[in-house]
Amino acid sequence: MQKVLSDKLEEKVLLLGNEAIVRGALESGVGLVTTYPGTPSSEIGDTFAEIAKDAGIYFEYSSNEKVALEVAAGAALSGVRSMVFFKHFGLNVACESLFPLTYSGVKAGMVVLVADDPQGWSSGQSEEDSRPFARIAHLPLLEPANAQECKDFVKMAFELSEKFKIPVMIRTTTRVAHMRSVVKLGKIVKGKTKGRFIKDIALKNFPPYLIDVHKELHEKLEELKNVSEKSNINFISNNKKSKLGVIVSGVSYDYVMDAMDDLKIKLPVLRIGFTYPTPDKKIKDFIKKFKQVLVVEELEPIIEERIHIIAKEVNPKLMIYGKSHLPNVGEYNEALVIEALSKLTGKKFSMNLFAHCEKCKNLKIAKRHPILCPGCPHRATFYAAKAATEGMDVVYGGDVGCYILGITKPLETQDFVFSMGASEGVIHGIKKTTDQKTIAFLGDSTFFHAGMPGMVNTVFNKSNPLIIVLDNRITAMTGHQPNPGVGITAMGEETKAIPIEDVVKSFGIENVKVVDPFNVNEMINTIKEFIDSNKLSVIVAKRECQLLATRKKKAQGIKIVKFEIDQSKCQHIGVCLNKLSCPAIYKEGNNYKIDKDICTGCAVCAQVCPAKAIHAVNE
Amino acid sequence: MKEFNIVVIGIGGQGALTLGIVIAEAALKQGYDVRTTELHGLAQRGGSIPIHVRFGKKMYTAMVLEGEADLVMSLEPLEALRSAYYGSKQHKTVFVIDNDPVVPLSVSVLGEKYPSIEEIEKDLKDFSEKVIFINASDIVKKETGSDIAANIYLLGYVVGKGLLPLKEKYILEVMQELGPKYFETNKKIFEMGTKHK
Repeated sequence: MQKVLSDKLEEKVLLLGNEAIVRGALESGVGLVTTYPGTPSSEIGDTFAEIAKDAGIYFEYSSNEKVALEVAAGAALSGVRSMVFFKHFGLNVACESLFPLTYSGVKAGMVVLVADDPQGWSSGQSEEDSRPFARIAHLPLLEPANAQECKDFVKMAFELSEKFKIPVMIRTTTRVAHMRSVVKLGKIVKGKTKGRFIKDIALKNFPPYLIDVHKELHEKLEELKNVSEKSNINFISNNKKSKLGVIVSGVSYDYVMDAMDDLKIKLPVLRIGFTYPTPDKKIKDFIKKFKQVLVVEELEPIIEERIHIIAKEVNPKLMIYGKSHLPNVGEYNEALVIEALSKLTGKKFSMNLFAHCEKCKNLKIAKRHPILCPGCPHRATFYAAKAATEGMDVVYGGDVGCYILGITKPLETQDFVFSMGASEGVIHGIKKTTDQKTIAFLGDSTFFHAGMPGMVNTVFNKSNPLIIVLDNRITAMTGHQPNPGVGITAMGEETKAIPIEDVVKSFGIENVKVVDPFNVNEMINTIKEFIDSNKLSVIVAKRECQLLATRKKKAQGIKIVKFEIDQSKCQHIGVCLNKLSCPAIYKEGNNYKIDKDICTGCAVCAQVCPAKAIHAVNE
Repeated sequence: MKEFNIVVIGIGGQGALTLGIVIAEAALKQGYDVRTTELHGLAQRGGSIPIHVRFGKKMYTAMVLEGEADLVMSLEPLEALRSAYYGSKQHKTVFVIDNDPVVPLSVSVLGEKYPSIEEIEKDLKDFSEKVIFINASDIVKKETGSDIAANIYLLGYVVGKGLLPLKEKYILEVMQELGPKYFETNKKIFEMGTKHK
């Protein structure tokens, strides 16, 4: 990880896109960086957390993305270069402050980086194309396609931002963020970490002045359009005569270049890296000589629609292909581009990809979905919730975190999943309009992120669901980042740990209990008691993430007690496997067994076994 | 060599990502342009983790095109079948597979079928003339008490058999740089892999 701090100029190193972003910020003299963790942007934060002290900069995990953006804004307004980053859903959260920030403008460079996730590799809730936000927020938008560009574009974004006094947005996608490629290092610049807030912006966000500012903002975008026209990140490859041209953005450039190589064709390609404002003149010059153009961009047809407008003037007969030949869902790959180019040029690839694909479809391969880890406390809570509500008509409100994995059989305790903290709001609506019983689940980090307003609303509007906060003492899914409940900051300093149960009690909720999910009977009994009462109730299911706990035990040399199934007592009922579904438990022939290599010794299976056949191994 | 395409696949926690990084860094040391694409986050929780590594004089896509893998290294038999997609006889793909199954919940709880090694081999033969199963996990577990370094054993195997055109010297250098604490063990396992019969 220290590679990003290397002072070897011109050295060529392999960096993950996300690491290259960190390097780019360091080469730009960034002073303050903030985020709320979200994959595929998480490793930017992991890297900053590791090097911030050595680099002499400030880095924090904020309580949510809106707060993160505001903190970065405060720095940029005080003359300190700042960067905020998040996943696509994070941008949605941050927008309310981002939009007015464009009006007030910034004093020092500020970069807003968003990592989209076509294909939903690490985000269940929706596939989102964040690019239209740049237009709504009046922000310039850059789209790098590899690690070198990640670094270069961050540097360019800081320069542009400072020159035009406006935040600059960068958009990556999973395949860029998680691509490792060669980066040539530049010089790390020690930037300002202290500045001064100048009181000259308040009226820019106040009527009627804001109308004038809005006008100036559009003028600024016109100037930025000129920058985009001249920018070498919008470039043409294979500039030659042809009937067909290609316009491409983001990582799809790689697919186009390799696909042409495989089809043995060379078509003129305009790569757009400065996506907003679009370089209209450059596009005009490019498309005026073609009969056909293929636009290759993942998800929404944003550039494609722009080209329809531009072509009307310079080449009205131009056939514009894009979503006609390529999907508007999922991520792209070389095979898709080969297929599209093949159709348009009549060139055939040496392999019949369609036949190959059909052959693959015939293979029967058992699914391997992501699952809750062996010994995960969430599994114990979900098991207890199902056991306590057996036979009842219950809606289980889902939320965003590792516990989303409770969505699958046999746990099935996430009946809907929308966004951070949404379980409570939706459950409240269901409670008001149905006679069903309700349990809302949300995590500790989620509670601090967006869960508190939902809970306050539940109190305020006299609702009475059961809310279970799955407090595993960390933000686990994104790679174990600290949150306000943990007592440690991103830079490893001690801070106040905010106990969730105290916050909950302060809202005036009376039925509040902290329960260890590994105490299965207590959890089942508490859920039964609370769900039968007509009062709003909260259980804080408190137990550290098992991955983290096991790691700590190993580091401290504490022995992990394993469990085994006594075959003479086992009655082959299968609760351990079929209802608890711990991955450490498996069936061999007719016998249930425990894989001691991965058993973490949580003892939950021993408690749920009706035959009392599971016990600790005496060694 | 135009470019060399590898897919490393395993289950979260088996070390597919680490293996991919070692190969990528060694290829850079050997003077190649390198690109990888990796999976982090949700997919790591016990899900299947495919890592692509491409190296050569110059390439664009980090993702290996279907049917164009030169080498598929699978840390688990069922996952090899899941990567059949990347192999083809036309491209002379070689599959090197750890023969130790990790049964997914879809099989143990939901009743899907886990094929036998023979069935997996038979299916893969449609995609490759050369499908090699190795008891890497067994060997490594006997040697170290844990199968965690099975990925390094497989790496030793493919280097020793000339299935991965990278020099041992560079791979050892990378292992030293990335994990100095475990280097001696890893080196030993790697060398055992190179000598696998």
